[in-house]
Amino acid sequence: MQVIVNGQVRDCHAADLAALLNELDYGGTVVATALNGDFVAETARAETPVQAGDRVEILAPMKGG
Amino acid sequence: MEVYGIPFNSRLMLGTSLYPSPQIMCDAIRASGADVVTVSLRRESGASREGQDFWKLIQELNVKVLPNTAGCHSAREAITTAQMAREVFGTPWIKLEVIGEADTLQPDVFGLVEAAEELSNQGFQVFPYTTDDLVVAERLLEVGCEVLMPWGAPIGSGLGLNNRFALKAMRAHFPDVPLVIDAGIGRPSHATEAMELGYDAVLLNTAVAKAGDPVLMAKAIATALEAGRMAYEADPMEPRDMAEPSTPVLGKAFF
Repeated sequence: MQVIVNGQVRDCHAADLAALLNELDYGGTVVATALNGDFVAETARAETPVQAGDRVEILAPMKGG
Repeated sequence: MEVYGIPFNSRLMLGTSLYPSPQIMCDAIRASGADVVTVSLRRESGASREGQDFWKLIQELNVKVLPNTAGCHSAREAITTAQMAREVFGTPWIKLEVIGEADTLQPDVFGLVEAAEELSNQGFQVFPYTTDDLVVAERLLEVGCEVLMPWGAPIGSGLGLNNRFALKAMRAHFPDVPLVIDAGIGRPSHATEAMELGYDAVLLNTAVAKAGDPVLMAKAIATALEAGRMAYEADPMEPRDMAEPSTPVLGKAFF
């Protein structure tokens, strides 16, 4: 299926958000996630299903003013 | 200065963006004496580890972090970003920015109050980037903010304190609220002026990061803040329109 990750269409097989992060090589990184505009806590990722067309944001620490 | 019960050891909060290199950023932060730095969240691909490297660098500096919601144009966007920042950075602090106008990066004060209320209800400690409007300031305090961060001038402009009258009125109106000039400071003299007005701290980034020598400028700003605060505590004289001789007139010889 196709999901939109950080604004880009990606093909993936993961059924939930935790699996999606692993599939996209985010394992072991410090990131925060949102699904369709709503925050998803790290502890809730494994119980959060991902469906075709979902918009996923994966954000990491970055410099800022 | 104390904000949300946490003592600040410096009157400078420093941004982490726009430096010529990560090493210069670290050196400038150390030279500034700032114990709070602002950080952000951005998209990162799985292969790129840029954000991970940055976070490691900041952690090694042993400073407190104040995550921002820079770039958010709605309350909803800002709330989601704040929630994500709390998890990543492990702090309830959030520098709340809800931008309303692209050219000036002026806060959308309606969205700002809305987001501040929701985030305060969710246990966040909100540092709102706001204008110098007293009514908006009052609303922000009503919804739970314990600090106000009015702009001196548009972000990145370096124009200094554009509306000295309004900033002075804000200080007088909220004598017990920590007030921080956020944005617009371009030179050490601007920082001194903020201190002389009785502001508690300044938050800046570009003034240091885009200086020819960021490390030296960080020291200059820190020194300027110290001078300005001392001047405020020393209670400066009032300016006057006409001359007043400082040498005693009494006893002057007449020829």
